[in-house]
Amino acid sequence: ATPPASRSLRGSVSLGDEAVCPGIEAHDRAWRGGAELLFDGVKKHQVTLPGQEEPWDIRNLLVWIKKNLLKERPELFIQGDSVRPGILVLINDADWELLGELDYQLQDQDSILFISTLHGG
Amino acid sequence: MVPLFFQVLKPRLWTCPESSISLIHRPLPAKRAPPPPPALGPRAVCGACFCAAFEAEVLHTVVAGRLLPPGAVVAVGASGGKDSTVLAHVLQVLAPRLGISLRLVAVDEGIGGYRDAALAAVRRQAARWELPLTVVAYADLFGGWTMDAVARSTAGSGRSRACCTFCGVLRRRALEEGARLVGATHIVTGHNADDMAETVLMNFLRGDAARLARGGGLGSPGEGGALPRCRPLQLASQKEVVLYAHFRRLDYFSEECVYAPEAFRGHARHLLKLLEAARPSAVLDLVHSAERLALAPAARPPAPGACALLDGLNRGRPRLAIGKGRRGLDEAGPPRDGEPERAPAPEAVPAF
Repeated sequence: ATPPASRSLRGSVSLGDEAVCPGIEAHDRAWRGGAELLFDGVKKHQVTLPGQEEPWDIRNLLVWIKKNLLKERPELFIQGDSVRPGILVLINDADWELLGELDYQLQDQDSILFISTLHGG
Repeated sequence: MVPLFFQVLKPRLWTCPESSISLIHRPLPAKRAPPPPPALGPRAVCGACFCAAFEAEVLHTVVAGRLLPPGAVVAVGASGGKDSTVLAHVLQVLAPRLGISLRLVAVDEGIGGYRDAALAAVRRQAARWELPLTVVAYADLFGGWTMDAVARSTAGSGRSRACCTFCGVLRRRALEEGARLVGATHIVTGHNADDMAETVLMNFLRGDAARLARGGGLGSPGEGGALPRCRPLQLASQKEVVLYAHFRRLDYFSEECVYAPEAFRGHARHLLKLLEAARPSAVLDLVHSAERLALAPAARPPAPGACALLDGLNRGRPRLAIGKGRRGLDEAGPPRDGEPERAPAPEAVPAF
């Protein structure tokens, strides 16, 4: 059920998850590490994607994110036309590898979550 | 309920009771027989089944490897990061079945800003799980040396000052001391398959035969008087660990250590990601390779232990104790034992 190409889409884009690291907002800006840094410290973005000719897919979304959300060092988030290896992408809590990865067509109210696995443990 | 599907990367087949849809099949790693699967079926599962499968897999690793016998008092090396958080949570779930009791041991390396926040996460975890927590500090154990002090002392060495090499050796020793403090019989650490594969790559790239030789297996039985150590998550991929933390809503600390960007590990990690893209089984294959690797006894020099490094630091020649400096240490005679009450030489202990 792909929405008409002319309609705009609403959804959310998050890096990390409040429940996963709730203390993150309390940290000093300089200490925010990992993928948080790339989104200017804002974890969850409610976004509205403008209507366009071709349907929105993850590939387009990454370009849009790079243009509209990334504040610094986009190479840590995007490499080539995909995410940097080591960043997990969950689409409505499901592994994007099962949903066509870059070719997944966004639906209204989708929730896209990016989690970095690259920090230490 | 709408099933949520996850790809399980490991050579294992799980069936999700929520659905019979077959979605993804990944190649099995070469040369490694898949562990006995509970059922043949699609390798895509929902979040709840994924977590159950993950826990079952760790249980299988511990039981089949006889890593933690019933009655064991297990010290969990807790850093506040995703791996140790997941490990402690899974073992907490499995503890009644395994008949073990848990203690959290955190190491304070003395890294300003970074470690304080991580230790706060560990304290929250300990409170949530109602587990006893003990924090041991480098400064107390190692005659006042903190990692910040080590970093200043090695700062002249430029990009190869090897903070992480020092920290790794000292943390191993600190964890041992902490575990003894709490009366533990076993030590577990949260290393996952990706960590192990990175380590194998690093050791190869550096020609570090001593560490290559002791890298295999799921742990060490505790030679030379050291406590037995094991890595129950060694067969779990990084991705699985992160997904498990996500679905169990675990509170972990996700920042990188301030010294990590200069670590050699970063190069190994990058290389591993490239290899994995070309060959999805590369991570487990590397872990497997290390397990099967046999080095001639003559090619296995002992890796420097905490005492050798501290000796180098105290003499103002920290790099003597690592890398090429090992030769220098040999020439300078055996390192003085900084803590003579520990009779068994910690240098000889197989490390992770």
